[in-house]
Amino acid sequence: MTSVSDAGLTLDEGFKSPSAVAGGGSVGDYVALMKPRVMSLVVFTALVGMVAAPQPIHPVLGIVALICIAVGAGASGALNMWYDADIDARMQRTAARPIPRGRITREEAFGFGMVLAVGSVATLGLTVGIVAGALLALTIAFYILVYTMWLKRRTPQNIVIGGAAGAFPPMIGWAAATGGVSLESVLLFLVIFMWTPPHFWALALYRARDYERVGVPMLPVVAGPDETRRQILLYSLALVPVAIVPGIVGPGGLRYLAVSTALGAWFLVLALRVYRVREGRAGDQAAKRLFGYSILYLFMLFLTLLVERGVLAPLGVVRDWWL
Amino acid sequence: MSGNEDFEKRRRRRSIAIALALGGLAILFFVVTIVRLGGQVLNRPL
Repeated sequence: MTSVSDAGLTLDEGFKSPSAVAGGGSVGDYVALMKPRVMSLVVFTALVGMVAAPQPIHPVLGIVALICIAVGAGASGALNMWYDADIDARMQRTAARPIPRGRITREEAFGFGMVLAVGSVATLGLTVGIVAGALLALTIAFYILVYTMWLKRRTPQNIVIGGAAGAFPPMIGWAAATGGVSLESVLLFLVIFMWTPPHFWALALYRARDYERVGVPMLPVVAGPDETRRQILLYSLALVPVAIVPGIVGPGGLRYLAVSTALGAWFLVLALRVYRVREGRAGDQAAKRLFGYSILYLFMLFLTLLVERGVLAPLGVVRDWWL
Repeated sequence: MSGNEDFEKRRRRRSIAIALALGGLAILFFVVTIVRLGGQVLNRPL
């Protein structure tokens, strides 16, 4: 049985996929196991890290690196679904995943995830670079061991610390191009790392019941919606300047500086609205609006970097204004 | 379509997907080898 204690929620050892038969999954089920939407965001941010790096990468090696990063993200998704199958089955948002639906067994998901994880890390490390491979291994390990298995069911800080896993891809892309880690790539990591808490807590504000039912201690469940609103505002106040810094220190330029400042100002307006409007549907609406905008915000920041460093810089349109 | 036929069909498609993935991997390693070694790898004495 699943139990909630002070130590946290323990894995429901007795969970069995409903009427799951080994070998019954379709190709589509295995694709779903890799969380393709998350994968696309990971590939996009990794691509931006790669393009923003000061050294160009051979196009073939760049494509290989992106494939490996995508497969590594897919491995993380499959292993996450393997471990979380018991709670996925009882949450509205996740009940249609392949394991709760009985299309794939947990054992199959575990095997699939491990093969992809080992294969993607080994291929990236051997073909592109050892640092990029090591960072991909660290990302997968962090997502599964630290976030999924350790923190998610134990502490409301789960997504704060676990968010690091989602923040590594631009660093992996950067490392694939340069062979190392630098201040600029750490700044890109920090942007996603600081973005994750307000993004997820905005979602958790209007999905709190789902998390409460399965005993996942998301902040609104444990500390209440008011404290969550306060934390969203505080993290947003920290996020916006952090997201501007790449426009001053690099790898962003003047255009990135302008875009991140303008988008950040609107982020703060929406976060303040979430903090102030607390009751009823208007409160939910404010949280939904911040959640939706947070996705656009991160996408636009990275898209600006991509255009600036990948399109305008090679054309000679952009000069690093701080030089 | 019976459940058994459906099961067989899914298995066949999975097998094809695995074959394509393995074939793709072989091509990928070949292309990366050529890129890593450079074009001169083809200039060998006969």
